[in-house]
Amino acid sequence: MSLYVQAIINGLLIGGVYSLMAVGLSLIFGVMRVINFAHGDMMVWGMYLSLWLFITLGVDPYLSVFFTGAAVFILGAAIQRGLVNRILTAPHEMQILLMMGVGLVLENLSLMTWGPDPRRVNVSYALTTFWMGPIVVDLPRIVTFALALVLALCLYLFLSRTDLGRMIRAASDNQTGALLVGTDIRKVFTLAFGVGAACVGAAGSLMTPLLPFTPSSGLLFTVTSFNIVIIGGMGNLLGAFVGGLLVGVSESLGAVVLVPSLKEIVGFVLLVLILLFRPQGLMGGRR
Amino acid sequence: MILRLVLGLAAGAGLVLLPFVASSVWQNLLITTFYFAYLGQAWNVLGGYAGQLSLGHAAFFSIGAYTSVVLHTHLGLSPWFGMLAGAVLAALVSQGIGFLGFRFGLRGFYFVLLTLAVAEILRLVALHLPILGGYTGLFINFTPNPWQFQFKGKIPYYFVALSFLGLASGVVWLIERSKFGVYLVAIREDEDAAEALGVDTFRYKMLAYAVSAALTALGGTFYAYYQFYLQPNTVLSMHHSVDIMIRPIVGGSGTILGPILGSFLLELMGEFSRTYFAAGAAGLYVVIYGLLLIVVVLFLPRGVYPTLLGWFRRALGRHA
Repeated sequence: MSLYVQAIINGLLIGGVYSLMAVGLSLIFGVMRVINFAHGDMMVWGMYLSLWLFITLGVDPYLSVFFTGAAVFILGAAIQRGLVNRILTAPHEMQILLMMGVGLVLENLSLMTWGPDPRRVNVSYALTTFWMGPIVVDLPRIVTFALALVLALCLYLFLSRTDLGRMIRAASDNQTGALLVGTDIRKVFTLAFGVGAACVGAAGSLMTPLLPFTPSSGLLFTVTSFNIVIIGGMGNLLGAFVGGLLVGVSESLGAVVLVPSLKEIVGFVLLVLILLFRPQGLMGGRR
Repeated sequence: MILRLVLGLAAGAGLVLLPFVASSVWQNLLITTFYFAYLGQAWNVLGGYAGQLSLGHAAFFSIGAYTSVVLHTHLGLSPWFGMLAGAVLAALVSQGIGFLGFRFGLRGFYFVLLTLAVAEILRLVALHLPILGGYTGLFINFTPNPWQFQFKGKIPYYFVALSFLGLASGVVWLIERSKFGVYLVAIREDEDAAEALGVDTFRYKMLAYAVSAALTALGGTFYAYYQFYLQPNTVLSMHHSVDIMIRPIVGGSGTILGPILGSFLLELMGEFSRTYFAAGAAGLYVVIYGLLLIVVVLFLPRGVYPTLLGWFRRALGRHA
């Protein structure tokens, strides 16, 4: 029994990072109707930035997360301005192709810079654990989860309390309406892509103390983000958040019930079920 | 008319003679080009004509490859028949996915992600099936015997790949000229309108899916007996599905020449970046390849073939 409770808690804690990366993807999709196939690769850039700051300056990833978030914001905004902006009305397959090209470039730039070997950020407290009865929890997981929650809350406050945030939500809900009331839609698009990228970049930093990573880790993060976003409801940020926790828990339970190497299958089966019986997603009201 | 005939005969003779004068590197390049053009043509039926983007064609490819190999190693069945069994199985699986997806009205990105999810599920399952070799993969012993789909040297493979491409292009040509093809294009352009006009969209999407999956599965058998090695993380990965869909999109999806042109272009692009940049840092050539892809999307957003055709027509119009 405690094995399952343990799995649920571990899954929930990792789920916070999943939520953050999925919220980023959902925000980008909600505003621009473009699927960011380079999402996971942006996350890996956040991871290597944290690693670089850790190696050169000894900055803890839980501090550098703010810097990597800002840096990946700039990367995302630049990609939006330079590339995504030009293909907003292109056929779906062309949008997918463009973002895949961007993903290939990002992934292999990391490969050129860092090489193919798995890296990890070895913080001094990586093995610090707490016992709560029969349950053991690692300190890094708790900090990662807490910071992911804080960042998600900041995003929520930004979107609901500031003018810029309201503009993004308006453009996401009703683009024509937003244009009619004089929203600078180009600015909103760049901003939304940047914020979405910042979320996933920050998620990358938060992940570094937990997992080793390689330049090709991005694909799994991309696919997992898609999964979560569909499960929660495309373009629905609360759905993405809840979906992230749900996928985290179900993968973690899957690793216990099935074989650890089969854990991702639980997420995909969940996705197929959602697509079939509730394609608007758990939280989606409309499609 | 006579000019056309002469040009056609010259092109045919060129294709027959080409492998005998080409170096081994070029033979390999041509085989890969034909083979990917073939897979692109198969994808084109569903993704190009019917407009249902599939990011999971690696699943059908692998069903074809594994079925023929397992039937061959365990029952001694010739892959020439095994590949038909694989095609039937792939078509059946496509009907399963299609039934679920189309019945529940999944369109656009939702369908893309459903196909991706099914392929990923199959990849994870295949990794845990002992009969498919698990993480080590499945090695195929080489016994040079045409009856076992195994040939000495590259030239027979060249002709098999060329015939496959001819077959698929013929199928697409027939579809394009039939009512079925017109229905598919109608579904792609505006599914609701097509349905309102009385097109049974569900039925034709399912049919397109079956044809596309079966043809893709045949390509899987070719790969198995050309590479002699199958590993789920290679043949069932999303990268592989991307490799299959990328060529018809670059060339111009929904046209017969698109996948062929796209395959040539991407093979040349890949070879160019490998030749000139592979000596640099690891990954540099893929960066160049990715940049070239981005350039293609930005400057030829309808695909290479339709864009060229547009230029050609405009040029002709000006001189007339």
